[in-house]
Order: sequence, then structure tokens, then C-alpha cells
Amino acid sequence: MRQAIAGDDEAYHRLLKAVTPVLRAAARRGLARAGQPADQSEDIVQEILLAVHLKRHTWDVNAPFAPWLFAIARNKLIDTLRRRGRRIFVNVDDFAETLADEPPAPTVSASEVETQLKTLPQRQREVLQSIAVEASSIKQTAARFSMTEGAVRVALHRALTSLTAKLREQ
Amino acid sequence: METDQLIRTLAVDNGQRSLPVGIMLALALLAATPLSTAMLLLGLGIRPDIMVAMRNPFFDLKFVVTLALAIPATVISLHLSRPEASLHGWVWLLLAPVLVLAGAIMSEMMLPQRLPMLARLVGHNSMLCMSAIPILSLPLLAAAMLGLRHGAPSRPALAGAIAGLLSAGFAATLYAAHCTDDSPLFVATWYTIAVAGVAGLGALIGARVLRY
Repeated sequence: MRQAIAGDDEAYHRLLKAVTPVLRAAARRGLARAGQPADQSEDIVQEILLAVHLKRHTWDVNAPFAPWLFAIARNKLIDTLRRRGRRIFVNVDDFAETLADEPPAPTVSASEVETQLKTLPQRQREVLQSIAVEASSIKQTAARFSMTEGAVRVALHRALTSLTAKLREQ
Repeated sequence: METDQLIRTLAVDNGQRSLPVGIMLALALLAATPLSTAMLLLGLGIRPDIMVAMRNPFFDLKFVVTLALAIPATVISLHLSRPEASLHGWVWLLLAPVLVLAGAIMSEMMLPQRLPMLARLVGHNSMLCMSAIPILSLPLLAAAMLGLRHGAPSRPALAGAIAGLLSAGFAATLYAAHCTDDSPLFVATWYTIAVAGVAGLGALIGARVLRY
């Protein structure tokens, strides 16, 4: 994280990749402990990653990283459980037999980011999709939408910020 | 969206980084202070006998009390803007204004006074005090919320309440220049009620806007 803060994007990528399985396990455990199905654990993982990203300036470079990371993870898990608490859920036991037939597919795709993505302003959505889904670089994206690279960077950051806000308020 | 795609995107966005919360809070408060000061000067004015009053140690003590609230509250609100932070070990800082006030009350008791205790406590302008401090604190409270939004408090309502204390502390420092009631008993009663009201408002707002 120290290298990432210093501007090393590669190190940042490695760090996020390394912590994701830990976060995924924590999200599954948290959902299980709350008696909730683990189907939304990837949504929680993605929300944690977004929060880690947008709040990384609150990490004190001299403080240990793990307590900071798990505080954010915990916050997002509680948020999700609270949100779920407000919704009406069908009793899963009623479907136990049908569910038992399905193998628990280890999914790494989540639906909530996808849903909120559709509500973003068009330009932000296009830039985010170009970089996230089509794996284009800032440069390629700038060329495609005839924008400056600076404008692409700003649009991407805005997209991530408003996506996070929408996930929080949903 | 797949998590790997999201991670790659976040790494691309690594160049966009927020300023530290401390700087954002300082900038926001610096922008709001002239507004609150203008509200005091235009709406209430400074007490006319301020040059004489400044020689009264109990007048000067009001500023010490209010700053002893505002400064520790600012420090605590910055601490709480970190996700892993808790109030534990920091809440004692809030005793500073209480101790100063207790000391001031005791020294006032030991000195001969013209007015009886109850008259000093009730004072002249308690209603104005209770409304002026919250009103003067509004620009500062808004600024504190804007600055602290860059943080990530684990307990947003608590962080909001402390933001209320800090803005009420600075607002009370301004109001003290208008207020003609110098008795620490007056301060302990009416300033405290006003400050508590702003802290409650801060908790309500914080619970909504300081979530991350």
C-alpha cells in the first residue's frame, strides 16, 4: 500500500488482488454468521474494494494496514446486512430441496455494481465500461471518445465515486 | 462486473487521490469562519465595553473555555475520520473545557460578588445565547461536515456529534465577544445547552452525510 500511495499502480493492482480472497472469505463468514445466504458476498467484496480505493488517503502510512482494511470491510458488511434487514426475504428453507440440487458455483461476478452502472451519466458509463470491461487503456479510451486523457481520468474517477454513492444509498 | 475487472479499473484510477482529511477540514473551516464572524458583527456586534471587559479575567476565561472545547473536538474529529479509529482513549480530551469551567466557577465562588449566585447564573441574555450560538455555528457545522466527508468514520453519528461540538465551540468563541454575561455559572449553564443542541444536530446530520 505504501508503494501504491507513492504512485506505483502495479503495486496497487497486486495489493488489491492479494487482499480480495481474504475479503471474500470474510464476507462469506459474515453473511453465514448473520444467517444469510452467501449469494451476495461478491457484491460486498466489490463495495469494500471501492471504499478501500476511495478512502485510501485515510490510511496513515505509519499505521498497520490490516486493521484499517478490516475496519472498512466490517463497515461495508454491516451496511449490507442492515440494508438486507429492511427488505422482505423469502424463507430459504422453503426452497431447500430445489436449492440442494444446484451446485454452489464459485462466482466472481456481482450484479449490484452492474445494476447501478446503468444509472450513471452516459459519458461516465462509457468510460468506465471501456476501461473495466473492454480493458482499454486511458489513451485508447481517450482516442475512442475523442476526449483528452485528463478528461478520461476525471470521468473515470467521477464514475467510481458516484457508483459508490449509489451503492450506499440503494 | 467481474471483480478482476473492477480491481484493474481501480489500479488505473490510482493517480486520482484525495487530499488528507485534515487539509480538507482546515480549508472548509477557514472558508466558513469569515461568514460566521460577519454574522456576529452585522447581526449582534461586539459588546461596546469590550476594552474594559478584557481586563476582567472572567471575560477572558470564556474564550479559554470555548477554545478548550473547539480545539480538542477538532483533534478528535480528525482522529475519528479514520475507519479503524474509536473514541477510546480520546474522549478524555473533552474534559478540558469542563475542568477549565470548574476551576473558573470555584475561583468565582472564592471572590466577593455583587450579585447573588442565582442572578449570575440566570444572567441577562440566556435566550439570545442559546439561539445565537447555534445560528453562528451553522456555517461552521456545514464546513466541518464537508471536510469530514473526505474521511471514513466507522460511527458517522458520533463523528457528526463531535463535528457539532467543534463548530459550536468556535461559534461560542465568537459569541463570547458579544455576550455581556461573564460569570462562569452562566457559561456552564447556557453555553452548555446551546453546545449540546448543536452536537445533537451534528449527530443527526452526520448519521446521514458522513457514511462512506
